[in-house]
Amino acid sequence: MSHAGWSQALACADVFKGEGRILASAFGEAPRLGARLAKATFAPELVLTDGGTTIVDAEGTPQGHLTFSRVFDLVWAGRRHAILGASQLDRHGNANLSCIGAWAQPKIQLLGARGLPGNTRCHGCSYWIPKHSKRVFVDAVDFVSGLGTNRGAHELRAVISDLGVFDFSGPDGTLRLRTLHPGATLDQVQERTPFPVSVADDLAQTRGPTDQERALLSRWTA
Amino acid sequence: MTPDQVVANLSSGMRLGLGGWGSRRKPMALVQAILRSELTDLDLVSWGGPDVGLLCAAGKVRRVTFGFVSLDSIPLEPHFRNARETAAIQAREWGEGLFLQGLRAAAWNLPFLPSRAGLGSDVLAHDPELALVQDPYGGEALVAVPPLTLDAALVHADLCDVHGNGAVLGPDPFFDDLFCLAADRAWVSCERVVDDLRSEAPRGSIHLNPTMVSGVVEAPGGAWFTDHPPVRGRDEETQRRYAKAARDPGATADFLAWFSSAEAPR
Repeated sequence: MSHAGWSQALACADVFKGEGRILASAFGEAPRLGARLAKATFAPELVLTDGGTTIVDAEGTPQGHLTFSRVFDLVWAGRRHAILGASQLDRHGNANLSCIGAWAQPKIQLLGARGLPGNTRCHGCSYWIPKHSKRVFVDAVDFVSGLGTNRGAHELRAVISDLGVFDFSGPDGTLRLRTLHPGATLDQVQERTPFPVSVADDLAQTRGPTDQERALLSRWTA
Repeated sequence: MTPDQVVANLSSGMRLGLGGWGSRRKPMALVQAILRSELTDLDLVSWGGPDVGLLCAAGKVRRVTFGFVSLDSIPLEPHFRNARETAAIQAREWGEGLFLQGLRAAAWNLPFLPSRAGLGSDVLAHDPELALVQDPYGGEALVAVPPLTLDAALVHADLCDVHGNGAVLGPDPFFDDLFCLAADRAWVSCERVVDDLRSEAPRGSIHLNPTMVSGVVEAPGGAWFTDHPPVRGRDEETQRRYAKAARDPGATADFLAWFSSAEAPR
């Protein structure tokens, strides 16, 4: 992973700031690194898994066990924050994992809604979009698998793309740019997003790593 | 019993639950027996993997109730894609939360179970059968998930006895016990039928009992080619061949002809 990729991992880590003993579920490379960073530094009580049934520490050392049934319990109980992927995402954070095209006979059948209807209703969620484009960011998703801010989401905390970090505190709960990754520009964000993106008054650059984080990231991504 | 004897108990049009998860510990020996049978018009309920894709590819499916269908190491199930993208099957897309509550409602013989999962999503928009119910205490509107009552369930375990006690020795029993409880009749294939289950399996691994099991089949390698720890990992090469065969109808037919009576590698 490049140093540019580190910004995404750090932004993913920051999603877990202030969290205690909850399940931190992370789908994708930057989210997984982020969850490990958070646990190794400012959120030591987070519960991580290896992506399967094993509870691990930040270094991946096995500690415990979590079956799917227990994961569902944590979903319903709200003791989880998940950084998810999405095939489509609209300005309110409605997310599609189900299909492209008309649902009755899709052009492309994707995974299915998976846990998104329950995840987004029951606990906090964020999204990682590794390639910011008009294919992913759309005016309207073809199927609402995960709820946006206008459909009763529990809490959509952040969207981390390869250009920057967004929240949903724009007008009417819409996407707002909070930080740009080093090298990314506001023009790029607007060019690669089909709808106008509002921008935080205090727009900043995505933070760099602390010395400790730099050491961990260097080792983990070597 | 043999897999073919189990399938002789099934009939076309049934609502059939299949255990396992994605491409993990699927009752593949029993699915192979269905592929060899005349059964058709099946109404499948599954945490979907190649079980769903194979039966769709063989034209044996009327409808699938699902939260997802995936081969895990190959995210999108290509045969399920073919079926959906040609509208060859009906879909009941419930997401994982409604799916689980539906199984529980059936297992517990309840008319519905409430769910927050589903509210606000297009899962509700595309299933007119799903209704809301109001919490009589606090007033919250919730989805009233109807029971996913199954005519039959098929699951694959590790060790069973002839009475219908069954153990899953791997890291996750998934929801196979719920599938069996949700079904009028359930059959379990297993790696080995043993005389004294408690002497060979830790008691905490015995998830199935005779109240929820109609019959037991010894089928070593019966989850092949799906992932089945601790017996064996997924046979990725066979799964890749299976996925590749979705590219054209001839290749699909060839794969089905081979796989329907192929023996699990020992």
